[in-house]
Amino acid sequence: MLKLKVNEIDIEVEEGLTVLQACEKAGVEIPRFCYHEKLSIAGNCRMCLVELEKSPKPVASCAMPAAEGMNIKTNTEFVEKARKGVMEFLLANHPLDCPVCDQGGECDLQDQSMLYGVDKSRYKENKRAVSEKNMGPLIKTQMTRCIHCTRCVRFATEVAGVTEIGAIGRGEDMEITTYLEQSMQSELSANVVDLCPVGALTSKPYVFEARPWELKKTESIDVMDAIGSNIRVDTYGWEVKRILPRINEDINEEWISDKTRYACDGLLNQRLDTPYIKYNGKFEKASWNEVFNIIKSKFKNTDKDKICGMSGDLVNMETLYIFKEFFNKTLGSHNVESRSDHTYLNSKKRENYLFNSTINGIEEADFILLIGSNPRYEATILNARIRKAYLQNKTKIISLNNVGDLTYPYESLNGDIENIKRITEDSHEVSSLIKKAKKPLIIFGQSSLKTKSAKYIFESVKSFLKKNNKMSDEWNSLNTISENASTVGSFDLGLYKTVDGSNEVLKDLENHMFEIVYLLGVDNLKFEKKNEFVIYQGSHGDKGAEIADIILPGAAYTEQNGYFTNLEGKIQKAYKASFPPEEAKEDWLIINELAETMNHRKLFNDKDELDSSLLNQINLFIEKDKSIKSSTVENIEFKQEILKVENEDYYYSNAIARASKTMLECKTAKVNLKLTGTEG
Amino acid sequence: MLKDEDRIFQNLYNDKGSDVESSRKRGDWTNTKDLIDKGRDWIVTEVKASELRGRGGAGFPTGLKWSFAPKELGSRPHYLVINGDESEPGTCKDRDILRFEPHKLIEGCLIAAYAVQAHVCYIYIRGEYFIDGEKLQAAIDEAYEKNLIGKNASGTGWDLDIYIHYGAGAYICGEETALLESIEGKKGQPRLKPPFPALIGLYGCPTIINNVETIAVIPTILRRGGKWFASLGKAKNTGTKIFCISGNVNNPCNVEEEMSISLKELIEVHAGGVIGGWENLQAVIPGGSSMPLIPQKTCETLTMDFDSLMAEKSGLGTAGIVVINKDQDIIKCMARIARFYKHESCGQCTPCREGTGWMWRMLERMAKGEASRDEVDMLGDVTNQIAGHTICAFGEGSSWPVQGLLRHFKKEIEDRNDLNPTIKKEKNIPYLVDQHLLDKKNA
Amino acid sequence: MSLRRPSKEQPDNFDFNPASLEAAKSIIAKYPKDKQQSAVMALLYIAQKQNSNWIPLAAMKCIGKFLDMPYIKVYEVATFYTMYNLAPVGKHFIQICTTTPCMIRGAYKLVEACKEKISENENELSKDQSCSWMEVECLGACVNAPMLQINDDYYEDLDKEKTLKILDKILTGETPKPGSYRGRLNNEPENNRKTLMDLKNA
Repeated sequence: MLKLKVNEIDIEVEEGLTVLQACEKAGVEIPRFCYHEKLSIAGNCRMCLVELEKSPKPVASCAMPAAEGMNIKTNTEFVEKARKGVMEFLLANHPLDCPVCDQGGECDLQDQSMLYGVDKSRYKENKRAVSEKNMGPLIKTQMTRCIHCTRCVRFATEVAGVTEIGAIGRGEDMEITTYLEQSMQSELSANVVDLCPVGALTSKPYVFEARPWELKKTESIDVMDAIGSNIRVDTYGWEVKRILPRINEDINEEWISDKTRYACDGLLNQRLDTPYIKYNGKFEKASWNEVFNIIKSKFKNTDKDKICGMSGDLVNMETLYIFKEFFNKTLGSHNVESRSDHTYLNSKKRENYLFNSTINGIEEADFILLIGSNPRYEATILNARIRKAYLQNKTKIISLNNVGDLTYPYESLNGDIENIKRITEDSHEVSSLIKKAKKPLIIFGQSSLKTKSAKYIFESVKSFLKKNNKMSDEWNSLNTISENASTVGSFDLGLYKTVDGSNEVLKDLENHMFEIVYLLGVDNLKFEKKNEFVIYQGSHGDKGAEIADIILPGAAYTEQNGYFTNLEGKIQKAYKASFPPEEAKEDWLIINELAETMNHRKLFNDKDELDSSLLNQINLFIEKDKSIKSSTVENIEFKQEILKVENEDYYYSNAIARASKTMLECKTAKVNLKLTGTEG
Repeated sequence: MLKDEDRIFQNLYNDKGSDVESSRKRGDWTNTKDLIDKGRDWIVTEVKASELRGRGGAGFPTGLKWSFAPKELGSRPHYLVINGDESEPGTCKDRDILRFEPHKLIEGCLIAAYAVQAHVCYIYIRGEYFIDGEKLQAAIDEAYEKNLIGKNASGTGWDLDIYIHYGAGAYICGEETALLESIEGKKGQPRLKPPFPALIGLYGCPTIINNVETIAVIPTILRRGGKWFASLGKAKNTGTKIFCISGNVNNPCNVEEEMSISLKELIEVHAGGVIGGWENLQAVIPGGSSMPLIPQKTCETLTMDFDSLMAEKSGLGTAGIVVINKDQDIIKCMARIARFYKHESCGQCTPCREGTGWMWRMLERMAKGEASRDEVDMLGDVTNQIAGHTICAFGEGSSWPVQGLLRHFKKEIEDRNDLNPTIKKEKNIPYLVDQHLLDKKNA
Repeated sequence: MSLRRPSKEQPDNFDFNPASLEAAKSIIAKYPKDKQQSAVMALLYIAQKQNSNWIPLAAMKCIGKFLDMPYIKVYEVATFYTMYNLAPVGKHFIQICTTTPCMIRGAYKLVEACKEKISENENELSKDQSCSWMEVECLGACVNAPMLQINDDYYEDLDKEKTLKILDKILTGETPKPGSYRGRLNNEPENNRKTLMDLKNA
């Protein structure tokens, strides 16, 4: 510990901190533009100058290591004069266009000029004008406003791992630019909008939409992937205007993916706002009573074994739970499934489908093996952590497949499952790498669990890890990247019907064994409908609604409170920021009311009862899971196969994204880039 | 005047040729092995005893700098880097060493590299000196051929490789950390200090950086003894120095003289006097463009060394003396220097990026008489807002000349720019009454 | 004075010719293993030399690939340092130092000479397309002021007339002799030498 003084107050801080961090520990705020906790130190804005005893010049606190016995002063006239000087320089060439700048109201320069700015400009020369840069459909540039803090350059190079932004020229002609004249090749690109302390980089889809003080801010959870990024939803009336990241050091740090941020305009389009019934191939508006009664009579007249329920990718756990209860109790059916494809599932223990090492754990890993995964698209934020681990520890990374640029270097094997056989039989160089590693990380991607050999791959690797003691309480190296926000929650709640990992409901569905199919937000199912009567409940008129006979309009994730369990098994709550449009209702309510229509009894009296029952159920399940002794591994036959990693269209992976114009633009931008061949 | 035999750079004007044989006749490479055999400690002690101060501008004691290099060679190699990015307006001394006394430099490199335990030495030369760099390269090739450097250099058992790295037109690369960035293949933007290069320098390894002239005088110091060097000049400002005298003198030249020589002697004796006579002298920039100018009356008695110039609020810098006579417009001269600094600012940190252009534009207007009276003080404010607030010393370098101008020629600026836009507050004016209404009434 | 911008007309491709490639490889060998990025400045010179004195964007891309460094980093370096020409210049590229020490000895007379002989404006090719000129900052030959640089060579101790003569020679395809144009020995005080006399007379 270091003893030092900040403004004559004695404090103790850990070693390795900078003066700026030490000041913050002492509760003294230091103005800054270029400094950012998650980026390397540039020390170029000079706003954080402080006075150090024995130093004739003011010192940039962000770059100066704190040392024993330092006497730091931040409130002297000397410091104020220095900072006012810097502020005058920053404003000298900064346009006074705050009234037409989207950053207005949340601009660091604006805020800090309230403290260190002067009311009059002494700068009489012509102001600098800088040409705009094309940074694609997400980022609007107004480079005249740039104060050259280089946060965006450092973010692109360090966090995103795409060295595509740079500062060219020198002196007062220095310009931030990207040579691409296109969007950055990163799924994290729009974080530069948050990082930009001024209005040089602003959000293109949000341009001139609203002022920050007009917006209602709701803290929530993202559902675009299974990470569970913490977000803030900003709404104006019903409309979700924008989504911003919230800091959660254990999950998304300060970043969110572009899809998380910009799919929100999909919440405004393609919405199901009233119940529909299909007559002669055409949808007609109906009332809730009408549709409920039709469904009731259908259910009453159908054998319960001929009814199945499937749940989708964006459904919260309350709805999943009541859906299952409805099938089990109201209908007496057990044909409930959450997997839309033949993904292998070993549900015996929770660890079989979780990311057990945790996202934070990635930084501790000393070896990473990717099996059938492209984390860049499957879990963008998690991929950023792998990059961070690589940058910090030079972690060795091997992938079974060559999946293209992952923003960090890795070795790839040829994708042959034979490799897995040899690894698990201890006759592959990777075997010894795993054994030698203290904290190896074995990551199963969705592609590995969807292949025919899924069971072999998963179980043989698992038994190899068990045998070599890589799955202990201290470090569990078995990791699965779940596909969707609802995946882990669905498994925890038992929304599957399986024999030995198979998807029985889907098999029967494909064989057209069912008469009634109840799709709860299922839009990624590949299913050729024959004579089935399809009920679709969901928020968007997407693939599920297309094949429906009855549509029950539900709510999106921003329009109802709901729990989601992320891929690590962390349960988090998404909060209601808006409300369902027109006739649409919260999803749990629809099922509860349907149950009431069926047999005059609600499943739950209110949301509170549902919540406590759900949490009870989850806690019981997790406790039971802990007590299960691990099962022995049976021998599974090996079949020669080449694993292919196929990622669905990243910007088009769910109903909300497919309804989003911004996502469409991102998709086209990417396609165009490939065509012109400027990539890479 | 310094005796000819005490001049280190005997071939300053290339009377004799710069090849290894001619150099040997001047004493270079004669007993290098003996010098190195006396050991690291002896070398550093001798250099410390000579009180040699860095010749690149800052005047940091060389022996002390060398002693900052880690004593034990760790896992990281040490590097020696020679700063030959001579770009300070008014300075052209290193160029003559590179082309006429390359063997002094190369021998100095070997001794310095041995003293700081470096096996690789990079000589950074500004890109414009390509022809002079070629001459140095020829000398390096010669030295390799004669096994003066390379494996077991000069039979000392020490291996040394010397490489030239050319700059490409960036004054800022003369700043030592910017120079390292440039060698690493990046933009020449100075690094934050600490860490200092002696511990974390080139490629993150301990690195000692010295000016060309500093290194080139080392062999002679060791041969003739630190005491000899210290006996020249005055205390803490010892030895000889190459002075570059340019500008409005009859015979502009480079000359090696004793430290603390009087400025008047340099100008009158060596440079043939001020054009138009001593009375026609207006001001002198004593140490390259970044040092504040000295007005004529002070020039009379001024001696040229670090400390006496410091006392005049200027500095010896690189000892590039620019003489400006009364035929010149001093404001215009300084405006041109301000333009130089605006052009050479790296743009990394705010005060220098935004301030240098501002100073230049104001000075240009002042030279034309288009500024207002209040801007004179404002210009002073701007210089104070730059100096001391930047990452590197460029902030000082760019604002000092302007401060010097304001210190000694404020009256000239004010006379030329006498527009006073401030509205004088007269008595009995009620608050909020506009001046123009008042003017109308009075008219 | 503003940001130096790459030329609008750019060739599609650039590749090092065998001689350049050879030179590039020997440059990379100067630097430690895995530090080949250090060679970027030298490689930009090589590209500039090969491509008649200017660097097209394609060359920067090529160098980026060659040194395994991101293109934007090469681009940053090429735009930062002023000796890299991002647009075509004359085969004879004349740079006149106009910083204070040269300025007070009449550097702008040299500029006048260039305006008369070569082109009215900076960075503009002469009528026969062979020359262009520009003002530059201090070239480090202050005691030989005023001076100018033509390609690699320094021409020192000039005045307008001498400059006009040099330019005439250049325009007729001759290569004028570099160095002082007042016939003095390098940087010695002209006709006024007081030091190292023995050597001079020896």
